[in-house]
Amino acid sequence: MAILGLPEEEYFSYGHRACAGCGAAIALRLITKAAGRNSILVEPTGCMEVISTPYPETAWKLPWVHGAFENPASIASGICAALKVKGREDVNVVAFGGDGSTYDIGFGHLSGAFERGHNFAYICYDNEAYMNTGIQRSGSTPYGAATTTSPAGKKSIGKEVWKKDLVHVLAYHGSPYVATASIGYPTDAYKKIKKAIETKGPTFVNILATCPTGWRTPTEKSVEIAKLAVETGVFPLYEIVDGRHSINMPKDASRLKPVEDYLKAQGRFRHLFKPERNDKAIKYIEERVKENLHRLTQCAEKCF
Amino acid sequence: MTKKIMEASHAIAEAVKMAKPAVIAAYPITPQTHIVEKLSEFVADGETEAEYIRVESEFGAISACLGASATGVRSYTATCSQGLALMNEVLFIVSGMRLPVCMTVVNRALSAPINIWNDQQDSISARDVGWIQMYAETSQECYDLTLMQFKISEDHRVLTPSMVCLDGFTLSHVYEPVDIPSQKKVDEFLPDYVPYHAILDPEQPLTLGPIGFPSEYMELRKSQVDAIENSIKVIEQVYKEFNESFPVQIKDSRPEEYLHVEEYRMEGADIVLIAMGSVCGTIKVVVDKLREKGEKVGLLKLITYRPFPRETIKKALKGIKKVAVLEKAVSPGGDGPMYCEISSIFYDEKEKPGLRNFIIGLGGRDVTFDRIRKIYSMTKGDKGEKQEWVF
Repeated sequence: MAILGLPEEEYFSYGHRACAGCGAAIALRLITKAAGRNSILVEPTGCMEVISTPYPETAWKLPWVHGAFENPASIASGICAALKVKGREDVNVVAFGGDGSTYDIGFGHLSGAFERGHNFAYICYDNEAYMNTGIQRSGSTPYGAATTTSPAGKKSIGKEVWKKDLVHVLAYHGSPYVATASIGYPTDAYKKIKKAIETKGPTFVNILATCPTGWRTPTEKSVEIAKLAVETGVFPLYEIVDGRHSINMPKDASRLKPVEDYLKAQGRFRHLFKPERNDKAIKYIEERVKENLHRLTQCAEKCF
Repeated sequence: MTKKIMEASHAIAEAVKMAKPAVIAAYPITPQTHIVEKLSEFVADGETEAEYIRVESEFGAISACLGASATGVRSYTATCSQGLALMNEVLFIVSGMRLPVCMTVVNRALSAPINIWNDQQDSISARDVGWIQMYAETSQECYDLTLMQFKISEDHRVLTPSMVCLDGFTLSHVYEPVDIPSQKKVDEFLPDYVPYHAILDPEQPLTLGPIGFPSEYMELRKSQVDAIENSIKVIEQVYKEFNESFPVQIKDSRPEEYLHVEEYRMEGADIVLIAMGSVCGTIKVVVDKLREKGEKVGLLKLITYRPFPRETIKKALKGIKKVAVLEKAVSPGGDGPMYCEISSIFYDEKEKPGLRNFIIGLGGRDVTFDRIRKIYSMTKGDKGEKQEWVF
């Protein structure tokens, strides 16, 4: 099905082996559309690598390489250097990985590549846990979410620390363009990914991608839930261009939907409501969401 | 051609420069630093066109080389010890993807306790990663093997990455005369790299590094193992071509002819010592002295270690009564790694030499004339245990 206003060419073929309702597969489709034919794609180990390349089949209609879990940014560095020597700097180098690779095991290498300033775009399809190995917590898993290594229990509310703010970490590397996006808003996501690819230097887009298997949500609600994450302020959409913030969602917190709506829609937060309501945890999440939005708004107003 | 007194590390840097890699990615680690510093100077002075990526770790270095090689250009890195251990995961991936990345390993002991001095535990522990391994005794061999490794790895019958290994400090920081051929001669021997296999190219989109299910994995592994096994012939050819293109200019700086092994004074020998790397220089001196006293002793120096040149070694040791395998690496809980491999060559043979295993020079412990003499007399007199540590 075509998405209005987006290129019709498909470079990520149907017939891949992703789960029904996979948000990351939607993200890949957007990434490849934004990248276009003159691109080289780099991907770490993860769900999307496994579902797209069962040898001798492939879902990729663009040159694509996978090395290990940790090193897409390093491989991209080598590709950029090789293209420079070959006089082919017109080719887009686009790396993308899940939050496991991006936030955690590959973070040092991502940081190194950003510091060196290679001309590549890195897109994280953020499904907020290690989904490939069976829903284990990552540095991106939100506070209170139950995963198989941060299960809810008598003495646990699920993950007990807040999600890592990787977007700002990379912005402070001096990246000329970082942004957040959601598969709930494909046109916005497409534009941001395209902008990241077209901006010279190391750029980053963190795209929230629902994982029905891991989030325990109905497969037909992936887009709806990814929208809800934005509408409730849990996952704000913004860009930081040359260090300047701009928010592209309602800045007025009173216009946001209740955070609870987002939490209640997902099995990974069920324990916050049943068997009894955990007011303390819910309130804490609401406060942090509000605080985060306030901070972002201030950054945007100060043009910082 | 020019003859220069050079540090072995600089001889390697010179060979790398003359091999014209498009991408160098390296992370400094003692005692490899002099190589990457020299290469950095070449880049800074415009003496090489290579893109030098100053990566954040050895893991990043080998991964960047993977990316560059997958894009169809010649790529190079250097490391040792902890750095090689950190690379370990990607070493398998580079060889599995059949990317001809070339690397120098400046052999150094592994932690703990942390130790920056020489032994060969690092590269010996990496013998199963699917890379070709060659060991140098002298600065000239460092230069020569570095040039040759590119030609070997990139041969379309091989397409397998390679390591040239040299002993940290005891060779890497030693100054010796080195013959540097002209760039023209080097270019004739080692033409520009033309990738034979699939590369990342928008004109011809291909998927590199897919998942291999149980139904496919074993066949792919076999084809990789066959390639490194078959490379033994290609390595011989490259040695031969090198011998013809670059005859010895400096006496004793290298073997008269490169072969998988160098046989030193083995004619009529009863006892042979086997070793790799710079310690062979010391052993040669001891062998000379023992020969003066009428002892029938020789040295078998291994240059190619992966693929393991079984037939060449078997032939070289034919009729030898006793063999002492000297190695700077151990396999805790098992026998010496090289000792095991030499043993396995003779298991099915009716006539086989008596084999002894001597663990030497770990963590930079000096291997002196006296220690070599002791090894010889223990072997000759059948004294001590099957495996002896020479402290």
